[in-house]
Amino acid sequence: MSVLQALDIGLAALVLAVAVWTIFAREAFAAVVGYVAYGLLLSIVWVRLFAVDVALTEAAIGSGVTGVLLIGAAARLREAEMAAADEQPSEPQRFWASFLCVLVTLALAGVVLSLPDPAPTLAPEAAQKLAGTGLGNPITAVLIAFRSFDTMLEKVVLVLAVVGVWSLAPDRYWGGAPGAPRAARPESTLAFLAQLLPPFGILIGIHIFWVGADEPGGAFQGGAILAAMWMITMMARLTEAPPVSSIWLRLALIAGPAVFLATGVAGVAMASGFFAYPAGFAKPLILFIEAFMTLSIAVTLPMLVAGPPRRLPRR
Amino acid sequence: MSAPTLAGLIGAALVGLGLYGLITNPQPLRKILAFNLIGSGVFLLFGIIARKGAAAGFVADPVPQAMVITGIVVAFSASALAIALVLRLFQETGRVTLRPDASAGPPANGADT
Amino acid sequence: MSLVLDILTIMAICAGAFFFFAGTVGLLRFPDALSRLHALTKADNLGLGLVVLGLLPRTGSLFASLKLVAVWALIQLAGATAAQLIARAARRKGPAP
Repeated sequence: MSVLQALDIGLAALVLAVAVWTIFAREAFAAVVGYVAYGLLLSIVWVRLFAVDVALTEAAIGSGVTGVLLIGAAARLREAEMAAADEQPSEPQRFWASFLCVLVTLALAGVVLSLPDPAPTLAPEAAQKLAGTGLGNPITAVLIAFRSFDTMLEKVVLVLAVVGVWSLAPDRYWGGAPGAPRAARPESTLAFLAQLLPPFGILIGIHIFWVGADEPGGAFQGGAILAAMWMITMMARLTEAPPVSSIWLRLALIAGPAVFLATGVAGVAMASGFFAYPAGFAKPLILFIEAFMTLSIAVTLPMLVAGPPRRLPRR
Repeated sequence: MSAPTLAGLIGAALVGLGLYGLITNPQPLRKILAFNLIGSGVFLLFGIIARKGAAAGFVADPVPQAMVITGIVVAFSASALAIALVLRLFQETGRVTLRPDASAGPPANGADT
Repeated sequence: MSLVLDILTIMAICAGAFFFFAGTVGLLRFPDALSRLHALTKADNLGLGLVVLGLLPRTGSLFASLKLVAVWALIQLAGATAAQLIARAARRKGPAP
């Protein structure tokens, strides 16, 4: 057994152990902490599967931003936990649930073990068309050039989620701002971090977005880092979330999908069809779209974490 | 046992584990956690399909990887909406339970509509 | 020359792994939050620093080495802040009975 195999088996055992703890932990807060650790371990598994872009996304969005959301929710729901103790399922229910789950697991494991070999793959086609886009990273090419409609719809899903979260506000708070107001005396430790980190974080976020054209990276990962910088200044209460009625916030939220859609429609006039890019001009156009996508993501993620408006709108 | 096969088996186990957590845990927050576990298990299955499709000089098929990236972002937005719903439920009724209950306690801080 | 660098890498990474191991043992065995934080921050600073030091000869370029050192500095910053915040919360909660 080689060293890499031992690493794989150890990693797999660790991931399973932390997942089991997430499901069976007594308190919700402990389960959430387990989930964040699980997400980070999963990023290492993704690197072992040679999917570095996915590893970056999982660490940033899957484990990082989701973790912030879950920790905030778990902290606020702590008192409500005790009330649900009487709803625990009975022994026969647990037995049948575990029987069903073991069945599902065995079925999926059977599928995994019986995958065709050599596997069907779209890699040769992607390699062929990659030169036409001028990009070096095939995953960015798939996201923005080959399956651009999917990615645009995904950005629309993000906007829909923000609309859904905002619509949960009580009527009288509509137009107000989510989150806590700016503090007169922010807590020193978090304020120190929130003043030191954002310059570097913004630089790193833009770098990862820019480099995603040729190396692992891209709009989602870079946008998540920029979002984290805004979130940490909001958490340190050095700035406050803008009111949901502000125009620039709404423009920034829809800028990504709007520019994406406009470019796709313009492709009908200036290139060969819907979402086609003119030959030779593909890479600048892709980076242009990705820049607005990064802006949108950097604004959407903190708004999703901040939640519905909680303060009265200012006149 | 190669790395992709092992990761695929772990993905299958995660789906089963998450399904068990989704069914048996009564609290909505734990259900959201279990749902995320199911999601990441499914993404791992996509990942091994991508790795097995290595060809033409790529170490992994890029199309399933792009789908997983899309899936992670969509799963996050679904989790954000679900958590906002749970918090609003807590604000309205003072408890978090999915059981339709005629004897729900008084709202936590007045009726907020 | 490369043999010396290889030995340096192995020794530094083993030492870093030892510090991480010690930090984990401290996390599991120490009685209260403050002493566990003490063990963990040693692992963060010293262990990661030694691992980064061991990896520096293996990177191809100066830029990659600078990136590794930047990673270490950022993790130190984040770890120190998190440790401070947790310690403050633990002190506010008061000693466990």
